[in-house]
Amino acid sequence: MATLRTDRWWLQPVVTASILTAFVVYSTWAAFQNANYYVGAAAHRDLISPFYSPCLAGDCVPGAGHGFAISAWTLSPALIILIFPLGFRLTCYYYRRSYYRAFWWSPPACSVADAHGSYSGESRFPLFFQNAHRYFWYFGLVLNVILTYDAIRAFHQPGIGWGVTVGTIVLTVNAALLWGYSLGCHAGRHICGGSVKSFHQSPLRYKIWKFLTPFNVKHMNFAWTSLIFVAFTDIYVRLVASGAITDYRLF
Amino acid sequence: MSQVTMRVWRGDANGGDFQEFALERQEGEVVLDVIHRIQATEAPDLACRWNCKAGKCGSCAAEINGKPRLMCMTRMDQLPEGPVTVTPMRTFPIIRDLVTDVSFNFAMAERVPALLPPPMPEDGYRMYQEDVERGQEFRKCIECFMCQDVCHVIRDHEENKQHYAGPRFFIRYAELEMHPLDTNDRRDYVREEMGLGYCNITKCCTEVCPEHIKITDNAIIPMKERVVDAHYDPVAWLGRKIRRRTKRTASEASVQPQP
Repeated sequence: MATLRTDRWWLQPVVTASILTAFVVYSTWAAFQNANYYVGAAAHRDLISPFYSPCLAGDCVPGAGHGFAISAWTLSPALIILIFPLGFRLTCYYYRRSYYRAFWWSPPACSVADAHGSYSGESRFPLFFQNAHRYFWYFGLVLNVILTYDAIRAFHQPGIGWGVTVGTIVLTVNAALLWGYSLGCHAGRHICGGSVKSFHQSPLRYKIWKFLTPFNVKHMNFAWTSLIFVAFTDIYVRLVASGAITDYRLF
Repeated sequence: MSQVTMRVWRGDANGGDFQEFALERQEGEVVLDVIHRIQATEAPDLACRWNCKAGKCGSCAAEINGKPRLMCMTRMDQLPEGPVTVTPMRTFPIIRDLVTDVSFNFAMAERVPALLPPPMPEDGYRMYQEDVERGQEFRKCIECFMCQDVCHVIRDHEENKQHYAGPRFFIRYAELEMHPLDTNDRRDYVREEMGLGYCNITKCCTEVCPEHIKITDNAIIPMKERVVDAHYDPVAWLGRKIRRRTKRTASEASVQPQP
């Protein structure tokens, strides 16, 4: 790589590529498992993996459904819904920055030469589809509502009553981080208030814009923590559902 | 005092090479001080631009150890051990040594469609504090052009200079588009003529900005989203059709000539 930089500029793209690759490999594996994604009444719990919620397939395990199912769908239910969080993150302005650097080397780091001979950026097919980000944001908000509902529901353990387990905390933190990530979305910030010409003439949208801006400033932090934690949540539910660990009740 | 080796690029448009200078370190110096010491002692013909020595004029922008920085704001004691490399900004044509021809930026500045306010009301124009603050961030720009220098769209692809304004001017476009008294619509223009879609938001411009302007988050991405409103969002398009906006749409608007 042509550069006069003497610092370890390569470290950030290497770390980014490693984490994103690990996540893609794990989530692909998890999505095709079609098992151990729900801990139900038999274990006195109501924990569902975020990769499988809402469970829309016809053969969801009992208790995992959300009242609506596509009976013709017999593949893993994760494959129905994961396209939305995947699209949301793939078109996210922060992740674009990261993967253009880490995978496409365009450029790998600031002041390090672009690895490509010609360049048209996001001005042509297929990359102008990145402009669909706002639609994935809308779907992301719907999923956040569902995952929040799942987290609240988990506090009521079948046969026992209301209580707090490690699993309820994991699901709650997961939902909170995903809200933090979604509220910091650049497209959402624009739609909610940034698009106006005059803040003074749109006081409510200005207040919403001001509320969202601190989340936007921390968008990178929420992007990474929510990504890692959503995988952790799936791992936790998977281990409990398979019987490898016990979901301890705290009180 | 210990020694420091400065590797300074010397040459002109026909080519050049690094010249090394060994100097004694002096406490509290910035890179520009050392360049001036080289001028005063070993190379009186070394060319460099400078003016305020306070990080407010942007004249002494160069690349130090490969990264765009203001020489007057880069302390020698904060650089890592080893030779310090000083080169001119790579994106612009060399005039001599550390001095580059930044006229590309002034040509792009001329192409920015000007503010177009509505007719003056009887009691004059009125602008409120929240709207003033929004544009104020962009007016902190000192035009050092380091964001232009680091942007790989033109740094590594010379051919894009014909149709790419660059981050410095995207903040100008954003400032005008967010101006409550502006009636001009530049969304078509910034997409088709100024290459907003070429930016792949790798944020290097934000990283090097000495004024810490959030160029990408507060200017380029909001501009991209405004272009989405005008060109890529079918719901927004439908909304405009239904509301039959009296305001000029992006496709109807014409770019106003410079005064």
